[in-house]
Amino acid sequence: MSSQVSTSANGQPVLGEQREPVKETRRLDRVIIRFAGDSGDGMQLTGDRFTSETASFGNDLSTLPNFPAEIRAPAGTLPGVSSFQLHFADHDILTPGDAPDVLVAMNPAALKANIADVPRGAEVIVNTDEFTKRAMTKVGYPASPLEDGSLAAYAVHPVPLTTLTVEALKDFPLSRKEAERSKNMFALGLLSWMYHRPTEGTERFLRSKFAKKPELAEANVTAFRAGWNFGETTEDFAVSYEVAPATKAFPPGTYRNISGNLALSYGLVAASRQADLPLFLGSYPITPASDILHELSRHKNFGVRTFQAEDEIAGIGAALGAAFGGALGVTTTSGPGVALKSETIGLAVSLELPLLVIDIQRGGPSTGLPTKTEQADLLQAMYGRNGEAPVPIIAPATPGDCFNAAMEAARIALAYRTPVFLLSDGYLANGSEPWRVPDVAELPDLRVRFATAPNHDGEFWPYLRDPETLARPWAVPGTPGLEHRIGGIEKQDGTGNISYDPANHDHMVRTRQAKIDGITVPDIVVDDPEDRARTLVLGWGSTYGPITAAVRRVRGAGGAVAQAHLRHLNPFPRNLGEVLGRYDNVLVPEMNLGQLAHLLRAKYLVDARSYTQVTGLPFKAEQLARAIAAIENGTQEESADV
Amino acid sequence: MSEAPAVEHPAAGLPALAALSLVPKAGAPQSMKDFKTDQEVRWCPGCGDYAVLAAVQSFMPELGLARENVVFISGIGCSSRFPYYMNTYGMHSIHGRAPAIATGLAASRRDLSVWVVTGDGDALSIGGNHLIHALRRNVNLKILLFNNRIYGLTKGQYSPTSEIGKITKSTPMGSLDAPFNPVSLAIGAEASFVARTIDSDRKHLQSVLREAAAHSGTALVEIYQNCNIFNDGAFDALKDRSSAEEAVIRLEHGQPILFGADRSKGVVRDRATGDLKVIDTTVHGTADVLVHDAHAASPTTAFALSRLADPDTLHHTPIGVLRSVDRPVYDTQMSDQLQQAAEQQGKGDLAALLAGKDTWTVVG
Repeated sequence: MSSQVSTSANGQPVLGEQREPVKETRRLDRVIIRFAGDSGDGMQLTGDRFTSETASFGNDLSTLPNFPAEIRAPAGTLPGVSSFQLHFADHDILTPGDAPDVLVAMNPAALKANIADVPRGAEVIVNTDEFTKRAMTKVGYPASPLEDGSLAAYAVHPVPLTTLTVEALKDFPLSRKEAERSKNMFALGLLSWMYHRPTEGTERFLRSKFAKKPELAEANVTAFRAGWNFGETTEDFAVSYEVAPATKAFPPGTYRNISGNLALSYGLVAASRQADLPLFLGSYPITPASDILHELSRHKNFGVRTFQAEDEIAGIGAALGAAFGGALGVTTTSGPGVALKSETIGLAVSLELPLLVIDIQRGGPSTGLPTKTEQADLLQAMYGRNGEAPVPIIAPATPGDCFNAAMEAARIALAYRTPVFLLSDGYLANGSEPWRVPDVAELPDLRVRFATAPNHDGEFWPYLRDPETLARPWAVPGTPGLEHRIGGIEKQDGTGNISYDPANHDHMVRTRQAKIDGITVPDIVVDDPEDRARTLVLGWGSTYGPITAAVRRVRGAGGAVAQAHLRHLNPFPRNLGEVLGRYDNVLVPEMNLGQLAHLLRAKYLVDARSYTQVTGLPFKAEQLARAIAAIENGTQEESADV
Repeated sequence: MSEAPAVEHPAAGLPALAALSLVPKAGAPQSMKDFKTDQEVRWCPGCGDYAVLAAVQSFMPELGLARENVVFISGIGCSSRFPYYMNTYGMHSIHGRAPAIATGLAASRRDLSVWVVTGDGDALSIGGNHLIHALRRNVNLKILLFNNRIYGLTKGQYSPTSEIGKITKSTPMGSLDAPFNPVSLAIGAEASFVARTIDSDRKHLQSVLREAAAHSGTALVEIYQNCNIFNDGAFDALKDRSSAEEAVIRLEHGQPILFGADRSKGVVRDRATGDLKVIDTTVHGTADVLVHDAHAASPTTAFALSRLADPDTLHHTPIGVLRSVDRPVYDTQMSDQLQQAAEQQGKGDLAALLAGKDTWTVVG
């Protein structure tokens, strides 16, 4: 294990694990691990750390954090189970994986909630200390699953994780309860040994996280190392595994691991810099969007203003006010927040000012499933306003792609003076993948020209449009001679004066629609390597990974299927109708009840077929592959078998 | 957007105001007509809004600010048409949301003088949440709340300031809900500046505007405004020469709170309850009469003053500046944090941000 493909930022090798394992090592091309425990067990942190180790090792990876909305659900219960799934490989992969090869279950609830997803033959590591009679009864185990033979199909590793952790920390001045908290680091150490992960990053992370409490930092590092050493010495773990870096999966470049919300935040900062406009975020905390507010609040040295408003309406209102003043105005939210912002989005349509509305979709309706993913806000973004109020819509395909989507949303908003929807979702927001760090010098130029002089016979007409884009001039307060008034009441074209004239209203409604319809967006690209497919699978947003993985499986089995993915949902790419017309079958997998399919059927009179799932979880590649095969065989499935 | 430095211009009618120090000054003396637009004013004939508009238009030249750096933002309602008639930048927004929109503008552009025009329904009903939060944040906004105690634009329903039992189209047997007292509400919401004035008293209105403009932070000015169509005469008790003397208490900072014919009435503190009460000074003398202190750190007395008026008869209604205190200003502090971050972390380096701390390199 010494292939040196990667170096850390400071040029030091991060590979080449110093401790040569003495046991048998097997080489694997990919592994799916799921960490599962109580909400308070630190499973998300454990998963994050394993992900960082894996990213710095150079594997391709994809993650799926899955946690309850309750901050601390009652301990040891099924609703309180929190999990983190990580798929990593020596080649390029697209999803967090369908079924785990290894399940780490920190208590009976975690075992019970997850074992159904684990295929026979997989490894199951259980923390035996938590399998008390009381804990097992709480989740409905009449007898210990570790003893009654119900896990016979799995390679079970019973490990007294809690006891071993407490024992390892006996020299620290910690109470038993405090020492027990480090059991997730013990588990991480064990898994790090099993899969030859580099350990320096985690040790550095722990020392920095607990910088103010060095004894806690050392305790956690000790637990982490104890877990590693346990793997190395115990006979129960006879084999460790190597997954080589995915050298061929990545074009040359500098890489880092990134989540969707982080990439989106960076995309906003980058857009602000490329537009040379200050960034103003007006937001109200809501899951799963809040991390963007948190992240942007850390970057005030970029001139970023973040405003935590009194409600969703004030969040977007302040962003729109800042846009009036010449800022790049942004509001971030999730579905229920969009509902509250609708009236202000309509105002922004009427004012024709640039504004980014970022919706991190979650399960609905109403409060729905706050921490789970869904794509069911498409029609809300498309139509959820009074009157004819068209708004462009952009959707990122992967966590890293959230960066590009934010830049693209800003481009459209600034060039066309319009609010723009960006539809991410909970899966993209919290999931992560390796991301090639873009070269700042190659980012697009988003600069705009503010109006500086009268534009009509010595007067300033705020609604005199650019003939190409139909955008109106953006004249910011402070510009002498261009004083003007705008508002939500219908405007006379050109002058911007209040007008109730029927013909003018008809003209303005059609003009606002024409402006959005005329936005230049790239053509959709179809992937059909053999050019003989009769079926097109068309997706949008976060289904990109599962759909692409499924298409690979179908092709791997000899099938021919074409794939295309929509980034622009309003307006659609100009060539979309022509593309749809080329295929006998169009299959549209969506995590809703068929919203994109509905739009396609209405606009193109095409017999688009839906394949839908609204479980709060992403599609599995295997299941999508079956659906694609079925449509080819004329036995279409309409929804996921859940 | 860089903030323009303060420019002292001889045309500036007022001494340099800290609150407006970042707003560029006008290049030449201004007059009322500089602030009028070519738009036809479309309020009902006789509406109190005309008087307020004229008072504001004739007051603005005093500030001597560059017109292009003045912005009026309104919500929805009769008064919210105001920006169309001011030859400045303006936005007629949506119902209740003007304080939120103005907050975003004022927080990101400290070189602007931002004014919000709103009504009792707009500010206290649909937009109540935004109003209280703007006040507690102390953003540099001047909020003119036109209170006519009725919904005008929707043709005459009772409003959150209507007296109990109000007979309107939506309350044919009389309204049931207790009204808000906007001044009490504002003081409760931690407002740093609260004043009240009357549409028909231009001199008083302008004196209050002057103090509001000079205030750093959010200033709330309640303007009693007559709706001659749906609630005519609502404030006659304060306007009618014969009754006004007894009904109106004119507050002036540093002056004893005396009113009535021959200043025969005064406001004193009730020793038993700590509350305020009105006494006859011809009987009790003026020794105990309170001296108005608008700058008192505690809002207690200002709040008590705001409760003196009888909501039904309007007797003992204080007008003038009830409270004006210095408190950190939101947009100033926001700006300071940006500067502090740049000093501590260095000006943002995008390439470094994108790369983060844990990268690896793939060589071809």
